[in-house]
Amino acid sequence: MGIDFKGRSFISLSDMNKEEILYLMEKSGEVKAGKHKGLLSGKTVATLFFEPSTRTRLSFESAVLQQGGQIFGFSSSASSSTQKGESLTDTIKTVTGYCDAIVMRHKIEGAARRASQVADVPIINAGDGANQHPTQTFLDIFTMMEKKGSIDGKTIGLMGDLKYGRTTHSLLVALSFFDVRLAFISPQELKMPEHYTDFLKTKGIEFMEWDVLDEKAGDLDFLYCTRIQKERFFDPMEYERVKGSYILDKESIQLLGDSTYIMHPLPRVDEIAEEIDEDERAIYFEQAHNGVPVRQALLGLALGTIR
Amino acid sequence: MSGDRSYRVFKIEEGTVIDHIPSPLGLLVLDILGQVSEGIISIGLNFDSRRTGKKDLIKYEHKVIKKEETDKIALVAPQATINIIKGGTVVEKRSIDVPDTIEGFLTCMNPNCITNLEKVKTSFDVVEKEKVKVKCRYCERVWEVKPNMIEKDGRS
Repeated sequence: MGIDFKGRSFISLSDMNKEEILYLMEKSGEVKAGKHKGLLSGKTVATLFFEPSTRTRLSFESAVLQQGGQIFGFSSSASSSTQKGESLTDTIKTVTGYCDAIVMRHKIEGAARRASQVADVPIINAGDGANQHPTQTFLDIFTMMEKKGSIDGKTIGLMGDLKYGRTTHSLLVALSFFDVRLAFISPQELKMPEHYTDFLKTKGIEFMEWDVLDEKAGDLDFLYCTRIQKERFFDPMEYERVKGSYILDKESIQLLGDSTYIMHPLPRVDEIAEEIDEDERAIYFEQAHNGVPVRQALLGLALGTIR
Repeated sequence: MSGDRSYRVFKIEEGTVIDHIPSPLGLLVLDILGQVSEGIISIGLNFDSRRTGKKDLIKYEHKVIKKEETDKIALVAPQATINIIKGGTVVEKRSIDVPDTIEGFLTCMNPNCITNLEKVKTSFDVVEKEKVKVKCRYCERVWEVKPNMIEKDGRS
């Protein structure tokens, strides 16, 4: 295919094209099916989590350990030398000599890009502030393709906080490579920012904006939910008024089609009622589990053990 | 009026003339270009202009300013004209082109961007040339260029 990820860092969706995403998806599928076993044996991966994370860090740790690799690192900046005033640049220049790849999360935006300039090993961005979280998007896309075969021709609803959520922004960029229709479902205060809707217009992607989830949702192939946080509202009364419109429970999922899958990047708080976890359209835990093979494939490609 | 003008800001024999800077941006343009010349710099502010109402102009004597320097003006005054003078005549009428990338000259307005928190040179891709919008290569935020984003060379 002419795509070679060896030695490459994964910082942002904006560095990727459609062919590369599809190639990564193909390899993730192979890994999930049991091919490339032991693909990280003899490899050492550092996880530098300057900002705490549970799911992403554990998912990477599981991914490395299951494939025979070694993993070390820290899970908050309190336990790193950042506490002593060391710069990110110096931390990375040091750790790059200890491992074959670095997975990092940082609250500062652009931190992963900076790290990739000074590291001799691939950097995997596991989240930089409100900017990017590409491996979440890869596992989202993988899950969609696994469920429906292809992304082309699908209608995808993004619901909740579309203004501040980096997950939905990254996902939107990835989806724009495909022939999709999008529906944005959010309160006025948390609408998809204009620079993203402008971006979709330039790419010729059709999108709709809905105030609430209603019967139109029956046509969706996927409904991707995100949490609405109270602190995003100037007026707490307004939050109380709108929050119920974006909660999925037994009643509201009746609006969805028989094959509308429900996704969520997790953690959820109260935007998806536990009572629907058993519904076969609820695939958010499966989605989280897909993080393991997708991250394994990504590391294998970056380290050149999958070709 | 035009007859008076040469007495107000003297005609130069050699150097660079930046004309048609919309007022009051003349001093900002000077700030952007910084102390690129040890020679005489004459500045004229608030001349009448058919094109922009009021205009400012700057003349650098004995100094041909490099194109990558004058292109920086595009971010605040793309309407300005640049003439290179030799032997009292215009030898080059230079266009001002918005560059495709801008390195280490603008500040990213995102306080949580790495370029504002560690010693990292800023770097932007120009995503729109008409209004001049730039995207930070680090935090990926898009900004319409405003004068307060410009790092003042030589004078700061």
